[in-house]
Amino acid sequence: MAIYLDEASTIIVQGMTGSEGSKHTRRMLAAGANVVGGVNARKAGTSVDFDGTALPVFGSVAEAMAETGANASVLFVPPAFTKDAVLEAVDAQMPLAVVITEGVPVHDTAAFFAAAHSAGTTRIIGPNCPGIASPGKSNAGIIPADITSAGRIGLVSKSGTLTYQMMYELRDIGFTTSVGIGGDPIVGTTHVDCLQAFQDDADTEAVIMVGEIGGDAEERAADYISTYITKPVVAYVAGFTAPEGKTMGHAGAIVSGSSGTAAAKKSALEAAGVQVGKTPSETASLMREIIGSAG
Amino acid sequence: MDLMEYQAKQLFAKHNVPVTLGIVAKSPQQAEAAAEELGGRVIVKAQVKAGGRGKAGGVKLAENPQHAREHAQAILGMSIKGLTVHRVLISPAADIAEEYYFSFLVDRSNRAYLCIASVQGGVEIEEVARTSPDAVVKFSIDPTVGVDEATAREIVSLTGFPAEVADAAVDLVRKLWTVFINEDASLVEINPLVRLGDGTLEALDGKVTLDANAGFRHADHAEFDDLQAADPLEALARAKDLNYVKLDGSVGIIGNGAGLVMSTLDVVAYAGQDLAGEHGGGVKPANFLDIGGGASAEVMANGLEIVLGDPDVRSVFVNVFGGITSCDEVANGIVSSFRLLAEREEPVSKPLVVRLDGNNAEEGHRILTEADLPGVELVDTMDGAARRAAELAAEMPGK
Repeated sequence: MAIYLDEASTIIVQGMTGSEGSKHTRRMLAAGANVVGGVNARKAGTSVDFDGTALPVFGSVAEAMAETGANASVLFVPPAFTKDAVLEAVDAQMPLAVVITEGVPVHDTAAFFAAAHSAGTTRIIGPNCPGIASPGKSNAGIIPADITSAGRIGLVSKSGTLTYQMMYELRDIGFTTSVGIGGDPIVGTTHVDCLQAFQDDADTEAVIMVGEIGGDAEERAADYISTYITKPVVAYVAGFTAPEGKTMGHAGAIVSGSSGTAAAKKSALEAAGVQVGKTPSETASLMREIIGSAG
Repeated sequence: MDLMEYQAKQLFAKHNVPVTLGIVAKSPQQAEAAAEELGGRVIVKAQVKAGGRGKAGGVKLAENPQHAREHAQAILGMSIKGLTVHRVLISPAADIAEEYYFSFLVDRSNRAYLCIASVQGGVEIEEVARTSPDAVVKFSIDPTVGVDEATAREIVSLTGFPAEVADAAVDLVRKLWTVFINEDASLVEINPLVRLGDGTLEALDGKVTLDANAGFRHADHAEFDDLQAADPLEALARAKDLNYVKLDGSVGIIGNGAGLVMSTLDVVAYAGQDLAGEHGGGVKPANFLDIGGGASAEVMANGLEIVLGDPDVRSVFVNVFGGITSCDEVANGIVSSFRLLAEREEPVSKPLVVRLDGNNAEEGHRILTEADLPGVELVDTMDGAARRAAELAAEMPGK
């Protein structure tokens, strides 16, 4: 098993005809993902060839779903058009919308998250995220498929490259699902959502959680872990040396006054019984010790 | 992007939030002339993107234009939280009856909007929340509904605004909401919001944070960018479209991906602490620089140029994980960037520690080993490379 994405996932790509969209559609197909088409109203009725696989372009998400039975969409739509594209997916009741786009205005994210939340039929992952990968089953987004293998660890992370780093360091043990939730101030799927899903997933034996400065998502996750999570969790938090008031790459990675610091997140997690690694490699080692004894 | 008070007030005025704009002065002479124009008795306020201006001595009441000139003389050039004051705002001294607090902000925790309001304004709202929590109203706003007349009236009533200003407050709340939404702000704050002697409301101060991601639909926001205050290396990096933050250490950092770079800073700082015993000073990271996923030779060269342009940098740590990009491309990028920098007559003169891991790491190592670039060392692990870069920085003579 896996969370949110598995071999039954049938994927369309909103923005498939663009340069990033086509590049990553090709990679997803190569990783074995069941990508069945794309959406672009201006190019409806055409198709795009991916190394011998011709994928149809539909005029709308609703049409693509009706024609293909798609149950997941990956969005590579420019920031100015992301809100409308996500709302289209929400209106069509697309079960999963993975928003890769970086640079979406936070008011747009607030609007489409609120719409999805009230409709209750679409899970949004992202924006500004690398997507989600269930190794050996499916891949929706830009997480490289060839750096790891299928296995027993679940991973949830705010950071793309740290996700890849963890997946690579623990490639021999492997992963059920790895979710890059994104580094924006508002994201569709949180650490807590993923922890809950991993707790319920029979194949996931332990969870790695990667956080970074900004907001209080890690503190909330710590609260949730202490009450609901019985599987072992190890964590890593980036940004101990980040100065106050400076945005560190991700739009949401900012220490404001005394809130959102890495130190506060680490102590909240440790208070919840979570082992927090000092470096990414140490975190991987902690996981190796735990899963070794559990396996 | 945080705005200065006078800029925030310009945005308030644009949406008809009651405010007195005042006059911005860049010299004591201008301050005196402004005070003259405004009737003599004025407030002289430092314009910097930082709170606590009053405590730092950056806000003064002047009884007459000569007085305003003296205050401006003292305030201009002053440093408040590390920021130099280049401008003062001259505003007519107001006849204040009461002070309130009002703000709208993006509520990350609840993934919605939050209104915070209090009839105890003029002091830090965190302080009010601590000493009299009941006096602070927090009202969650559904982004699909926003703030309509009924919501504004509910907020005003819950906050406990006096009946005689309730209608004016409702009107002001709705206008401030327009600023928040239409200008793509992640924070709009008025502290204090005052009731004047004549019973009208006015935003006596203003704080606005604009969402940089929304810049594409606000061409007019570019004028708020304070290039004067930015670190010169940060300004240069921005011109080259690089994600760079200047810090105060001596190990230059280049990496791909915001999370990995943040992590690299931490690991270098730990290595520096471990070394402190051996070498006596704590070696720390000199900057944050995320060159993104692609890491072409040109981007790598631009990045190296910025980092090496920092006189405090004594060694550089290039930390790349090959995920989407494979390490051979990154290695080729490093080799070409050395050539590019040599062509620009700025050859690399400081030691570089490179750690490449992930896709095609072996090929990347082979390319760098064969290129035999001066001062470049390859280290396999991130922790080991951080330690080596810190050692080199500690050994190198200072500037």
